[in-house]
Amino acid sequence: MDTRIRIGNNGEKHYPGLVMTNSILSLFASSPFLPLQDHMSKVLECVQGLEGFLQAVFEEDWKKAKNHQKIINNLEEGADELKREIRLKLPEGLFMPVSRTDLIDLIGRQDRIANKAKDIAGLMLGRKMVIPQPMHETFVEFLQSSMSVCVKANQIIQELDELLETGFRGYEVRKVESLIFELDDLEDQADSHEREVRLQLFSLEDEIDPIKVIFLYKIIDWIGEVANRAQTVGHRLHLMLAR
Amino acid sequence: MEIISQNGMILLWLTIAFGFFMAWGVGANDVANAMGTSVGAGALTIKQAVIVAAIFEFAGAYLAGGQVTSTIRKGIIDPIIFTDSPELLVYGMISALLAAAIWLMVASLKGWPVSTTHSIVGSIVGFAAVGISVDAVSWGSVGTIVLSWVTSPLCAGILSFILFRSVQILILDTDEPFARAKKYIPYYMFLVGFVMSMVTFVKGLSHVGLDLSFMESAFYSIGVGLIIVVIGVTLQSKITIDENADKDFHYASVEKVFAVLMIFTACGMAFAHGSNDVANAIGPLAAVNSVIASGGQISSQAAIPVWILFLGGAGITTGLIMYGHKVIATIGKSITHLTPSRGFAAELAAGTTVVMASATGMPISTTHTLVGAVLGVGFAKGIAAINMRVVRTIFISWVITLPAGAILAILFFHILKAIFG
Repeated sequence: MDTRIRIGNNGEKHYPGLVMTNSILSLFASSPFLPLQDHMSKVLECVQGLEGFLQAVFEEDWKKAKNHQKIINNLEEGADELKREIRLKLPEGLFMPVSRTDLIDLIGRQDRIANKAKDIAGLMLGRKMVIPQPMHETFVEFLQSSMSVCVKANQIIQELDELLETGFRGYEVRKVESLIFELDDLEDQADSHEREVRLQLFSLEDEIDPIKVIFLYKIIDWIGEVANRAQTVGHRLHLMLAR
Repeated sequence: MEIISQNGMILLWLTIAFGFFMAWGVGANDVANAMGTSVGAGALTIKQAVIVAAIFEFAGAYLAGGQVTSTIRKGIIDPIIFTDSPELLVYGMISALLAAAIWLMVASLKGWPVSTTHSIVGSIVGFAAVGISVDAVSWGSVGTIVLSWVTSPLCAGILSFILFRSVQILILDTDEPFARAKKYIPYYMFLVGFVMSMVTFVKGLSHVGLDLSFMESAFYSIGVGLIIVVIGVTLQSKITIDENADKDFHYASVEKVFAVLMIFTACGMAFAHGSNDVANAIGPLAAVNSVIASGGQISSQAAIPVWILFLGGAGITTGLIMYGHKVIATIGKSITHLTPSRGFAAELAAGTTVVMASATGMPISTTHTLVGAVLGVGFAKGIAAINMRVVRTIFISWVITLPAGAILAILFFHILKAIFG
């Protein structure tokens, strides 16, 4: 008789003795949907860390910026950890309302948003990047509009448990679809803000060191990329609903 | 014949002891499958589940367990073979009972999912086919029984799919699920009461002396259904929209209304389980009793003596109260994925299938039927993640349980023959 305390596949403890690991118990595997929601929350937190980070960069307070970067990195690592856990709990042979590859793809895409945020903070800090004073206002607007795409994507992902409740059909699907339309609008706005910032940099670029200019364009690109990746997450979910 | 008159009482008391032990085992381990889902879904607390199970398992066993008990008692073996040596039937049934009970204990300790029904049927077929002769078994009946082991999960799956789809269309996939839940769930409550009563009245109650015509059954069933609706609507009216809970999960309040419905399906499930599984313990006892009480006659009275049904029910309840609550707790704590809207569909489908099987005298596995019902809800996209390996495990357990029970039964049969002659 096995006398160790075993952990079942739902995290429950099995004590030694006459306890049965029963067909009903092992029938249900852990749901990946709530962890997916948790992961997206963490990704959003990570991206939102860029706001405080950018303020520190404007002030050229590199110590403060480093602290913010640490927070962003920790959040990104936390998201990675969650992603790994979710993947571990998605073995073959699970019967779910959506396909396993869809879910694994979705979480990959969610995770890449956080990765980009981490890259942005890392590069800006590493180069002690100075943003030209005239650009501060447009830059903040741009970052915020990019972040609002992430906020909307998070709102969409948080509907996963409601989607599960209705069996990925009907009224809830229509609700999520209208959220996705809003997501597309927000991404368009982020795009137009990106164009504004670029134009501004273009008008100022002769007065700035060329290498610094290149990296400024790169960061603008990356912030736009955060919005893109958030939009992709929404579209990936939409694809799952279409089946 | 002398063996019967000399040792009859010892043999009978042995059978009573083993029969009670088997019933105890059913109550301790098997009931948890039927009730665990209700606890996990939050419809009942563990304490409430034990009380519901105690009452309704007993009721199911006593009121509706007669047909299946008859099958176990004389539907599997051909009684004529034993006319000249009735003591062999007695030894065989005792062996079968002991074999099934021990196999259950071993499986419990090892954590294997084993069906009490398959154990006893395998044991009986074993002792009869090998211990006596291949002709001792009614292979036609056995074939029908094995077929029912395949059709019952299928039937439960189809029923639960239809039920859950109806819930989605009528209630969940709409823009005002809470209002619709309050409006439509009473109809489901009626369904629970009506179907359970109807199946029981039409076929199952003749041995308690209540032989009702179809129209009478329908009439009383409608009555039961309406009573359930009245109770249910009263309970349901106390539920209001919980704004806080709904912020996190929009359907939290809706599920609370379903939880009321699930109380009734839980009762139905306990009733169904009692009606089908009590036979595993008392079927052999009924066989032995009829031989010994008649001093060696095989052709026996049609009705099962009331005290035997009572003993079975009591055994189940005792096992449930003494140990079953622990297993219910373990299962209930782990199955949080089966929300009431799903749990109700699975339980009503499984319960209906099992009660129908009981009414037609088919001994089936309640656990496997419930698995089929859950799969049906899964097909309707109702469940987050189902472990399909369990389906494979079930098939494997079939392959192992039948020979294991048979071998043990043959062993005990020869031992008893050696002791008593």
